[in-house]
Amino acid sequence: MSNAAILTEMRGLFRRKRLVAAAIPAMILTYLVYIFFAFGMPEMMRTADTKNARILVSDSYSYKTHVTRDNRSGDIQIAIEGERKGRYDAGISPSWVTLGETTEILLDKGHIVLFGPEEIRYDIPGYGLVTANPGRGGVNVQLPGGDVPDWINASKNRLTITTAAGRLTITRNRSEVFRYFTGWELFFFTLDSPYHRMGLSEVLGKAVSGEAGAIWQDFWTNKMWRHSDVAWAIFETILMAFLGTVGAALIALPLAFLAARNFTPLGAARFAARRLFDFLRGVDGLIWTVVLSRAFGPGPLTGALAILITDSGTFGKIFSEALENVDDKQIEGIRSTGAKPMQRYRFGVIPQVTPILLSQILYYLESNVRSATIIGAITGGGIGLLLTQAIITQKDWEEVTYYIVLIVLMVMVMDTLSGWLRRRLIHGKPA
Amino acid sequence: MADTTFQAGSLSEMQTGYARLIRTRRMWNGAMLALFIALLVAGFMTADARNAGGFWNGIDNVFDFPVEVIGEAWEKSHLLPGHFAKYFPSLVETINIAAAATLVGVMAGAILSLLSTRGLARWPSLVGLFRRVSDILRAIPEIVIALVLIFVLGAGPVPAMIAIALHTAGAIGKLYSEVNENASLKPVEGLASVGANWSQRMMLGIVPQVAPNYLSYALLRFEINIRASAILGFVGAGGIGYDLKNAMSWGQGKFDEAAAIFILLFAAIVLFDQLSSYARHRLTTGART
Repeated sequence: MSNAAILTEMRGLFRRKRLVAAAIPAMILTYLVYIFFAFGMPEMMRTADTKNARILVSDSYSYKTHVTRDNRSGDIQIAIEGERKGRYDAGISPSWVTLGETTEILLDKGHIVLFGPEEIRYDIPGYGLVTANPGRGGVNVQLPGGDVPDWINASKNRLTITTAAGRLTITRNRSEVFRYFTGWELFFFTLDSPYHRMGLSEVLGKAVSGEAGAIWQDFWTNKMWRHSDVAWAIFETILMAFLGTVGAALIALPLAFLAARNFTPLGAARFAARRLFDFLRGVDGLIWTVVLSRAFGPGPLTGALAILITDSGTFGKIFSEALENVDDKQIEGIRSTGAKPMQRYRFGVIPQVTPILLSQILYYLESNVRSATIIGAITGGGIGLLLTQAIITQKDWEEVTYYIVLIVLMVMVMDTLSGWLRRRLIHGKPA
Repeated sequence: MADTTFQAGSLSEMQTGYARLIRTRRMWNGAMLALFIALLVAGFMTADARNAGGFWNGIDNVFDFPVEVIGEAWEKSHLLPGHFAKYFPSLVETINIAAAATLVGVMAGAILSLLSTRGLARWPSLVGLFRRVSDILRAIPEIVIALVLIFVLGAGPVPAMIAIALHTAGAIGKLYSEVNENASLKPVEGLASVGANWSQRMMLGIVPQVAPNYLSYALLRFEINIRASAILGFVGAGGIGYDLKNAMSWGQGKFDEAAAIFILLFAAIVLFDQLSSYARHRLTTGART
């Protein structure tokens, strides 16, 4: 070949390479642009609720306490997050509320709200005093002079003041103040527990002096956070993954022998076993979950069976491939001692494939802990159920955050555990 | 080991010693096995007790629902082609969610993996940080992100796509960094010596070495993501899973539609599994025909 010919060929190759190098990113970009419009992203961005996002974020790390006055009877009620489970008993108040004929509510930054017998007063530093006389003729608001700022919303029958320190809402029948706090409310003890008002050192002191059982009882049966239910749910999720994975492995192992070329000379049996695995895998966890929850109802068993059936197919395929790759020499050696087929499998084959099978089972166990969370949300069992329930209420975002943290920790612990077991069992290394 | 246990002794001594060792080992193995089986049985009983309908009550009904669905689909088999056409766009949406999520997730994961591989990292002191990032992304199940995003963005395919993409980025970040560790550093050094910056070194020095492995893992991930996207549809993220949920909740009389969706989903999963396993086989063995 002449130099010129080589040169043209080379140039051609380079041109092709450049074209390909430009074409692939262009294709990816085109596809993403298509997705952008096919998924209706411009529409979604317009309608996306930034208010929801704000609620979600602020609620996940803070909570509010409601102080509510019934304007007709004059009764005052204080409740954390406005929930019945977080309500203070009558006559008892947190330190920033002074009950009396005129109830004084101290908010942050020097803001003070007074619930008087007739008049509601809110003293806003830097703005002035707002008074209201809720009654028959509306809320009768008197604002300091000047323009009404946009954080005050006053009409005949309703007054809403939203400041950085809190929020006051007055209607004819009700006056309500929200005060915001950082943290998760009543995480350890609810208000009905004697330990609620104690500091950590005090509780520890009580625990040492013999009240540890009672303290644990109060924490464990916390009505707001339901620690014992959550612990059960986590356990159920892990149980689903464990039963599903191990059960699948136990079912798949004998079937895998049937599907392996070197153990089953009979073509028809091999074909049947392989198609069975393909079918189990192809039908997919979702469909199995739906079908099984019809038969068994919601609960952890349904989830475990769904994992079991799907993974039987996967394990069958992986195991039969591992069996096809075993070394024949060891089996020959066992055979030469006069071993029967079962003994040949037991001593010639199983020791060879055990490390592969174990490591696969452990891999699937850790990934199934994640799947069990999702399947639990569909069948109704375990932490997945609690999570979906908390999300559906659309207000308990602190609980959602708590569950997410727990799920992530659970998955990470399972990852570490299975990695440690893999190293111990397979490589015989002390971890 | 053996020579330290039984020093110069007679044959019978060795035999009894060996038999003793075997006995203790068998006993331990037997005990472990018994414990394991007890654990399994106890676990099964617990799960059974906490299930709404017990295992033994339900076992008879396992085939009721499939039989009902198949029966109805058989009766109305002339309607099936129409249902296929009706639900095909949803199937495309499910596959699109998986494909877009895989694409975005793999690209993010590849960058994450390069940043968290010792010897290649842009900022060597931050290797640990990027590893933790991919650990956390991997640990969060897709459904968590999907449900939270549905609250903020509204129901639709985008929350599912973002959720799957994030999980994919974490999983790929780990897999690819294991691949990167086996890449030769010589091309990188060569590129560095002519003044290439970090992204050029990675694109030209590392990516060509690892591209077949990258592609093969990405295809495997795509298979997984199709399944994940179908499942997320079931909790309200659009696609064929959502249609399946609706068809199921209509109950009897509409099971022909559920059957059509089952068949579509099954066919899609099998098709993409086969395609990707063929492509992966070609990538790993390098067959060119």
